[in-house]
Amino acid sequence: MKSASAIAAVAVFALGAAAVLAQEDPIAARKALMKSNGQAAGAIAKMVKGEAPFDPAVTKKAFATFEDAAAKMPALFPDNSKVGGETTAAPKIWEDMADFKARFVKLGTDAKAADTRVKDLDSLKAVFPDFAKNCGGCHELYRIKKS
Amino acid sequence: MDLMVSRLIVAAAFVVLLGSAAFWFLTIPETVPASALGPHAPNLTNGKEMFYAGGCASCHAVPKQEDKTRLGGGLALGSPFGTFYVPNISSDPKDGIGDWSEAQFVTAMVKGTSPTGEHLFPAFPYTSYQRMSLDDLRDLFAYLKTLPPIMGKIRDHDVPFPFNIRRTLGIWKLLFLDGKPFKPDTTQSAQWNRGAYLVNGPGHCVECHSPRNVLGAIKSGKRFAGGPSPDGQGGTPNITQQKLKDWSVKDIADTLTTGMTPDADFVGGAMVEVVRNTSQLTPADREAMATYIKTLPAVEGSASKK
Repeated sequence: MKSASAIAAVAVFALGAAAVLAQEDPIAARKALMKSNGQAAGAIAKMVKGEAPFDPAVTKKAFATFEDAAAKMPALFPDNSKVGGETTAAPKIWEDMADFKARFVKLGTDAKAADTRVKDLDSLKAVFPDFAKNCGGCHELYRIKKS
Repeated sequence: MDLMVSRLIVAAAFVVLLGSAAFWFLTIPETVPASALGPHAPNLTNGKEMFYAGGCASCHAVPKQEDKTRLGGGLALGSPFGTFYVPNISSDPKDGIGDWSEAQFVTAMVKGTSPTGEHLFPAFPYTSYQRMSLDDLRDLFAYLKTLPPIMGKIRDHDVPFPFNIRRTLGIWKLLFLDGKPFKPDTTQSAQWNRGAYLVNGPGHCVECHSPRNVLGAIKSGKRFAGGPSPDGQGGTPNITQQKLKDWSVKDIADTLTTGMTPDADFVGGAMVEVVRNTSQLTPADREAMATYIKTLPAVEGSASKK
């Protein structure tokens, strides 16, 4: 009982710390989320390319990662986070915030749908290319690479 | 003394006249005559392949719409020299290129000269398209003619003096347009040569993936080494082995197919549009491009930013 509440306390503290981090440094927070998105996409890509065996636990976790990022990202672009921290966020984000946020809603919905549709390698191969358009579509408009 | 002055004036006038004549002569826009084109049965399948290899739609498709075969133009291209408004190259006879002859099309693609005999701005990458074979150009023209006509002339470029004097582009061309078609390297495989042709000719990859000098020409020696974007927003990565040494040929071909890089990032910016095109190519052509790109010798990028 005691240990359970200790764990709960730690968990609450960790959550709070993450929230504080997000508030204090939204650029670092969104970079971390995009990094985990990249890792999730990489894990799926390995299976699609036949470099790793299909593993439902991995795909499930990957789509959960995308869903989580989709939920958290929209709050991480306050007006004071347009520059700094080597951000690759395009100024266009703040010009078109409604569209930008709508894309994360769609990403979340698509991740959820993909999670239920993916049962095996064939369904993953069928679902992933369309799902990945969310990534490229957003990068096209809202990310600027320096080189 | 008076005689001296008038002699000087005459001499100066003579020099100016000679200079003007030389300028006039050197900057005459070149054309490809119809007589240079022999008989040709257009191959539309190849024309379509060239359309996607050339990425025509990336600039010429009407912006903000899904259908990339509507080539009505209108996209604003920012540059240090002013803003270019991409023309209509749809099959519309009045506003597009529907009434162009084959020779006029070939002339625009390899000489950068319009049907009215004006120099075209090199924002239109004829520096790369000049490497294309006549057959490919003619197939491409035949394919473009099958695409829908779109009405509407696009406004003039917004390019301030002195860059708006088109005749001066003749000098630019003397410096930077060598007029040479693609020359295969016989020591390399057919696949490599196909890739080199696609990358350097229709693909015009180097046009964005290189830094440019004050005259807006690619810095020789820095080809494919990446550079700042002409519109001032961000830049393009180095695609020589300096940056892509950990990429396999398959990684490069996969990126051109799906837009996903080997580290599971997704390409952004204008490259998304490029991949929309390259994903339509035959797998063999993508592999050929990747094979060639994988052999680009490492060149240090001029941008020091990571």
